[in-house]
Formats: sequence, C-alpha cells, structure tokens
Amino acid sequence: MGLVDRGRLPKPLNSLLNLGRSYSLWVYQWGLACCAIEMGAAFGSPRYDVMRLGVIPLPASPRQADLVVISGTVTDKMAPAVKRLYEQMPEPKYVISMGSCANCGGPYWDSYSVTKGVDQIIPVDVYVPGCPPRPEALLEGVVLLQQRIRNEDMGARWRGEGSKPIIVGDASKSASSGASKKGVARVD
Amino acid sequence: MTSTESLIDRRQLSYIAAQAADARLNVELETEGMTLNIGPQHPATHGTLRIIARLDGEQVVWAEPSCGYMHRGYEKLTEVRTYPQVTALVNRIDWLGSFANEVPFILAAEKLMEIEAPPRAQWIRTILFELSRIANVSLFLGDLGVQLGAITPVFMAFRDREYVLNLIEGATGGRFHPNFDRIGGLKEDLPAGFIDETRVVMKKLRNFCDEMENLLFGNEIFQSRTRGIGVIPKDVAMQYGLSGANLRASGVDWDLRRDQTLPMAWNKVDWKVWTHPDGDSFARCWVRLQEVRESTLIVDQLLDNIPSGPVMAKVPRIIKVPEGEAWVSTENPLGEMGYYVVSKGDLGPFRTKIRSASFNNISIVPWVLKGVYVPDIITILASLYFILGDIDR
Repeated sequence: MGLVDRGRLPKPLNSLLNLGRSYSLWVYQWGLACCAIEMGAAFGSPRYDVMRLGVIPLPASPRQADLVVISGTVTDKMAPAVKRLYEQMPEPKYVISMGSCANCGGPYWDSYSVTKGVDQIIPVDVYVPGCPPRPEALLEGVVLLQQRIRNEDMGARWRGEGSKPIIVGDASKSASSGASKKGVARVD
Repeated sequence: MTSTESLIDRRQLSYIAAQAADARLNVELETEGMTLNIGPQHPATHGTLRIIARLDGEQVVWAEPSCGYMHRGYEKLTEVRTYPQVTALVNRIDWLGSFANEVPFILAAEKLMEIEAPPRAQWIRTILFELSRIANVSLFLGDLGVQLGAITPVFMAFRDREYVLNLIEGATGGRFHPNFDRIGGLKEDLPAGFIDETRVVMKKLRNFCDEMENLLFGNEIFQSRTRGIGVIPKDVAMQYGLSGANLRASGVDWDLRRDQTLPMAWNKVDWKVWTHPDGDSFARCWVRLQEVRESTLIVDQLLDNIPSGPVMAKVPRIIKVPEGEAWVSTENPLGEMGYYVVSKGDLGPFRTKIRSASFNNISIVPWVLKGVYVPDIITILASLYFILGDIDR
C-alpha cells in the first residue's frame, strides 16, 4: 500500500485500482433535511436504483465509507457533527454536497442558525444544485465523481494538487471535469 | 366501549407488572446504569433527532429528546419575507407533505384580507392536500418496516410514492416542494389528463395499502413488536397535546378536516375518521394505513364532481394584508398544523407563530419511553412518526 500512498504505482495498475475504486463506492447517507428523501429515492427506490452504478448505499458507519452525501441543511448546531463525521472517514474520501442548503445556505441564506454552505467545514468534490435536486441530478453527480476517480492520479491527490469541484449541470465545466487537471490548485 | 377499555387496562396492567418484575430483578442484581446517546445522526431516527436515554440493564429509566439540530429559524425568516415568498419557505417545514404546509398559511392570509378562493381552487387545493398526505404517509408505512428490520416495504413505498409525486409534479412543477398556492387561489389550473391519471394512481395506491396490510400488518413479528408497546392512554394523549393519527389511535375521535369549517372541500364528500381504541404502536400505524386508503377515496370523490370556473380570485398585484391577527390550523399528515399570523398592514407578516404537529407529538417521548426496552425505543419513535423539519422548524 505504500506505493499507492505515494502514487508510484505503474500506470496499468493505477488505472485498474481506480477502476475498482470507482465502481465500489460505499456511500454514507448523511441525510439531514428534505434532500434526504430525494437521496433515499435515488439510493433506495426501485426506480432510481443506484446500485447499478456500482455505488453501495449500505454502510452504517462513516468508518466504512468512501463517499458521503451531505443532503440537506447544515445548521450551526449540526456542523460539529458533520466535521467529526468527515474526520472519521478513511482516506481517500469524497464528499457530495446535495441541494442548495448544503451548497450555500439556499432559502435560509439569511437565517441566524444555518451554516451557509457545508464547504465552510469540509472540502466538497461535487456540488449538486437544486432545492431539492431530482434523484437523477444526484445520480449524475455520482457518475461525474466516478469519472473523476477513474482518471485520478493518487500522487497528485496526496500532494494536495486536486482538481476543481464538479458542479452538476454546469455545461462549461462538466465537459472537462472527467479529466483531472494537474497543477490546478484544489479549491476548498 | 367498556369492554375495550377494560381490555386496554388489562393489557397495560400486565405490561406494567412485567416491567416491575424486571425492575425488581435489576435491583437485586445491582446492575449499573448507563447513558445511551442515540443520534443526532442515526439510521433509525429518520432525521437528526437525538435521544438521550438513561438505561438500567435493557430498560429505559429516563429519556429525553434533544431538538434543534434542524432549527432553521422559520418564524424569524417569515418576518423578512413578503406573503407570496413565505409559501416557498413553509413548504420545507414538513418536507414530505409540503403542499399541506402552504394551505393553512394562505388561508390565514386570506382570512385577514377577507377574500375566498373560487370553488375550483378550493377543490384542487383539497386534492393536492390529500395527495401530499398520501405521499407522506405511504413513505411512513415503508419506513416503518425498515425500523423493524424489514427492507421490502420501503422499496414498495418508494415505488408507489413516485406515482403520486409524478401527479404533483404534473400539476405544480415541483416534485415535493410545489409552492403552488397563492393568496386568492392557485397558480394554474390542472393540466390536461390529470383527472384520469389520478384515478389510475389512486387505484394503485389502494393496492399498495392492501399489500402493506398483508405484508406488514399481518406479519406476526410486526404484531408482536408493536402490540402493547408504547401505550398512550386517551387522557395522557390529550394532556400532551398530541394531534393527528397519534391522537386518533388513542381512541379520540378528532379530525380538523371534519370538525372545522374551512374554505376547503372536505365537507363536500363522504369519508370516515378512523380511530383505534388501543393507543399502542400498532394502533398508530394501523390508523395511518387506513387514512391513506381513506385519502384515496376522498380524492376519487373530489375528482368526480370538480366544479368549473376560475382558479384565482381578484387579488391586487402587490399583496398588502390589512392589519389584524388570524389563526388557521388544518389537519396535516402529521397532525394539527397552524399559523398565527400577525399583520401590521405591510408586505410581509409582522410575526408568525407556527404550531407544527411533530413538536407536540414528540413531547410525549419522555413519558412513553419510560420503562420500555431499548429495541422498543425505535419502534415507538417510528410509530409516533415525526419529521425533523416539523419538530425544529
């Protein structure tokens, strides 16, 4: 695993590893508000079955998860718990921020008790806009994240040279989001 | 009636006696107490409710819910929004039955402005209200299975709930935050084909109710985990201010849809208020199941003779609500939801007090959890059926 950590894996092995990682994402459902229901519809319903994408929405603990979906309003009282959850997840870990509330505060932009965006606390990989986003939008976010993982250079990730967060539905960015851009500073 | 009451008494007495025997055993063994913290994020508390329970062995000695993890400050936010903007906010209080949240606020504003929506708008409001009740409670029925370890019901609930959401989306444009209600009526009329499609879906939902009744309510494990668990007697339920199905399951025949005269179409159709004498977890779930079925029947009857005409009354373009105070509450999927709107003649409310059902419904948690076993905490919480946005607002 030392080779993986330092990102010095031979290229075929690296792509094989990335392929495996992208199709076995264990996602922890951090359901907070309305978006949790749409997340449940995307992950738990027969219509938008997420398991066909190679995403397993089963872990009962963040310690077993690769990906967390922050779905819903993060309040100031909840923020420490979100931070703690993120710290409990093993590396490499990814975050999908689902819904306007988690992205930026949404309809509660002037509320006294709401954290205006979960990216103030933890780094976000994919933003899914909407209030709430449709389940299809969340699945799109998952697919875009899988594309990124498949092309990811672990070495660059460990050196902190990530790529910009993906925004679902942003036509100018989602086209190029599949390829990881080396040297572009990670915007957290 | 006396026979059923004595039955409950006997059941309760036997339950209490069994618990007392266990407690004596614990005293003899001198088991140490421990504090169990459930939440704020826990797979079994659909939402971010935190329960702090002090245990003696396997039994709860003392339990308290810790709210506020989803407090978003609705009451304060309504003061800085205009009346038409408030509906977009209050949609999100009880996020499963969102159209039902708009109605009492709009009715309160209409009461202050002394206008009434045209009959067609009232009927469509009632139809959408009942559709959101169906969408809400059908998910409860599925979720109930998950809390007890049965995974299948939730797939069935999500499957059939999608049909209802499609209807709401077809009519309003939003899957479950419609923001469709306006002061004086509705944004638009129903789309073409809505009525036929709704009839088909209502038939599907009745099938779903039958399936649930056979699969879940007829299940022996389900019955043994819910019958006689978490009994709330009539008088205690009244004292704690429970409302909705939780109150009706304790044998109180109380439904604001029937008992109030609101400008809505409920009193134009034939329907029945379901009650259950037992007051245990099973009764609460059973009453909700019957209510879904009853709602589909209400929608069917409303569709049969929906009046024609406009869906919007004459309302000024810039809505200023005259000075005054109004209280309107309706029977929402979770219970009584009401808005006390204080207006000073401005564009927005001066002060709004939101009475949401779940907040009062979980106030009974410390009482009802006293003395139960740890696995029953989850069953009782699931059967009380709260939504976190509705508790914390």
